[in-house]
Amino acid sequence: MAVARSKTIVSDFSLSPHIDQVGVEERASRFTKRSIKKESKLNGLLLTLNMIDLTTLEGKDTDGKVKQLCYKAMHPYDAIQGLPTVAAVCVYPSMVKVAKKALDGSGIKVASVATAFPRGQAPRDVKIRDTKYAVANGADEVDMVISRGKFHAGEYNFVFDEIASIKEACGEARLKVILETGELGTYDKVRRASDIAMHAGADFIKTSTGKIQPAATMPVTLVMLEAIREFYYKTGKMIGMKPAGGISKSKLALHYLVMLKETLGEDWMNNHWFRFGASSLANDVLMQIVKEKTGLYQAANYFSVD
Amino acid sequence: MATRKSNTLKLKFDTSWSYAPAPESKSAATINKQYDLFINGAWQKPSSKKYFDTINPANEEKLSEVAEANEADVNKAVVAARNAYEKVWRKMSAKERAKYIFRIARMVQEKARELAIIESLDGGKPIRESRDFDVPTAANHFFYYAGWADKLEYAFPNRNPQSLGVAGQIIPWNFPLLMAAWKIAPALATGNTVVLKPAETTPLSALKLAEIIQESDLPPGVVNIITGAGATGAAIVKHPDINKIAFTGSTEVGKIIQKAIAGTHKKATLELGGKAANIIFEDAPLDQAVEGVINGIFFNQGHVCCAGSRLYVQESVAKQVIKKLKDRLESLIVGDPLDKNTDIGAINSKQQLETIHKYLKIGKQEGAEMYETSCALPRKGFWCRPTLFTNVAQSNRIAQEEIFGPVLAVLTFRTEDEVIEKANNTPYGLSAGVWTDKGSKIFNMTRRMRAGVVWANTFNKFDPTSPFGGYKESGFGREGGLHGLLPYLNLAN
Repeated sequence: MAVARSKTIVSDFSLSPHIDQVGVEERASRFTKRSIKKESKLNGLLLTLNMIDLTTLEGKDTDGKVKQLCYKAMHPYDAIQGLPTVAAVCVYPSMVKVAKKALDGSGIKVASVATAFPRGQAPRDVKIRDTKYAVANGADEVDMVISRGKFHAGEYNFVFDEIASIKEACGEARLKVILETGELGTYDKVRRASDIAMHAGADFIKTSTGKIQPAATMPVTLVMLEAIREFYYKTGKMIGMKPAGGISKSKLALHYLVMLKETLGEDWMNNHWFRFGASSLANDVLMQIVKEKTGLYQAANYFSVD
Repeated sequence: MATRKSNTLKLKFDTSWSYAPAPESKSAATINKQYDLFINGAWQKPSSKKYFDTINPANEEKLSEVAEANEADVNKAVVAARNAYEKVWRKMSAKERAKYIFRIARMVQEKARELAIIESLDGGKPIRESRDFDVPTAANHFFYYAGWADKLEYAFPNRNPQSLGVAGQIIPWNFPLLMAAWKIAPALATGNTVVLKPAETTPLSALKLAEIIQESDLPPGVVNIITGAGATGAAIVKHPDINKIAFTGSTEVGKIIQKAIAGTHKKATLELGGKAANIIFEDAPLDQAVEGVINGIFFNQGHVCCAGSRLYVQESVAKQVIKKLKDRLESLIVGDPLDKNTDIGAINSKQQLETIHKYLKIGKQEGAEMYETSCALPRKGFWCRPTLFTNVAQSNRIAQEEIFGPVLAVLTFRTEDEVIEKANNTPYGLSAGVWTDKGSKIFNMTRRMRAGVVWANTFNKFDPTSPFGGYKESGFGREGGLHGLLPYLNLAN
């Protein structure tokens, strides 16, 4: 699986396709015109819930907080039977062991941010150790950040090599590469960073850390989905997508699903290939599911805060 | 890891998660069983005593029946318009005229939902388009020209702008309400009165507009709306007391009109057919270009005179672009025009569907490769799957003649000079599109294209402030913007 074995000729990333800002924003807004009602709304909500990476990434995170979050991940709302669980719980490396134990047997993945998240301003060996530590503690997935400074300086080989070496450190764990699109500035650069990450061995590309505004937006996600599509056609390799940060309402999440459906189609419509990185989205989705099932909106107090 | 040979890769857009029907409610629109002629501010029975049906092209059910105006009715309408012009409208201060136009604009906005539903029912276009494009743009045209009414002296300083008199206006079936707004708004702003005839397959939104005009207390006779087919139109064109003809429609009828008014004092603007070239260079942002091409040809089922029906792709990216086009086609939803998720509605009439089918046959016979989406079509009504032809030659009829349907002809080119020559190699010249990331190329291309409108890195964008009109057999005269005032004015030299 290491990149060195890839037969694809690595392209000159400065030649990545250019993106027309007006055009991509128009296309993204067109997805929001789809009207999602009745059973397609309910099915979309259930799918969304199942695609969430429930996240806590705070300086004040404790074992207790992480355990509670894990319980929520397994039992989002027990008043309704048969709800799916979320896809994963996303924590700092120091919390991986706790989360792994709490989620044992549930099938829910443990994702760990690594590589000096969120700024990524650390030497490579520190990043590799950070990654290995998370994996050794049981992380199924690693969410790394790219070196945005090096990227802006045009040192694409540095960024590429760094991703490849983290991929190697991941071993069996799946690697999500966070581009931190809010720091990249243009859609052209989002596309370029996506191409670098995919060629360097990313299993997923991810928009944001959630610590920088703007985080995920629909046009940025569309640019990345289109990059994934082209990479797939070129290499036959599927890459996952994770928009993160700023998606807190069900309606917006459904718009993202519409975009996914009409850009990549059926094969990506599951939590192996698509995730929402979010913490408050789950409760809004639950509230909407209850509304679809009972016809009534419940007050926010009926849904657990974690 | 899912890895397969890339030449067999296919994305599956028919997903297990699908959209439930989301139809707009018909009950939000009132359609009368029968419509008379709107002459002199009142609904008058046709002296022909004849009525004809107007149907919903999505299910072939009758929506209503409308009066057929004969020569006597046309004369009545012109007399009413002449009286209103001489006695009221030309004497009214421009500021007062503006208030009426402004009021109509406001009322179109207030009744936007109803107008959109009627437009989709009668014409077959998707509600997303009538709701988000046709109706708001129509209102904007009234707003925009309301603003010009008392500023004509500033638009044409020292030229003493004077109104012409009675304008006869004949509009097509592809954008019924919007075309009515394009015609009526500048005519009223410049102090003219109007006799307008909507197309026989789509009269209902113009008749709803007549109700709005009646409700707005516009002085009787300033706007008269009469219905009928070709003969009614011919009677308007031939009427001796009409000062100006404004026509949007086919080049064939445009030529007939021009012959009919030759040697008379009548002024004319003709907005006719087109076969627009949409040109993609290898350095273009391809995903956005593909999206623009899709909107350029499939907007309103391709019933658009400025539709980008000829696609020229630089050969180095042709394969990639065609693959992207095919993927995008698969996500287009064809069906009930009233469903909010519909992208492509019904073909406007049986006659038009036959024309499109004729060209599909010709395309295949000429050896072009036809690709259409796999979507299911409703049993009743007039439908056509979005279609593209590849392997098309410049000499193919599908690359030369206007099809006026959801059919795209894809051609390739190598150099800038070659594509300019090919793009201009058509009797038409209404619109064109250029897709490139290079600014200098845009300016070089747009200067050399013989087309009234050239869009760069976008397509089918309309604004009341922007003039629109053609070259060559696409007609003459401009509508929209300051230029759109000129055809309704006499100016001192």
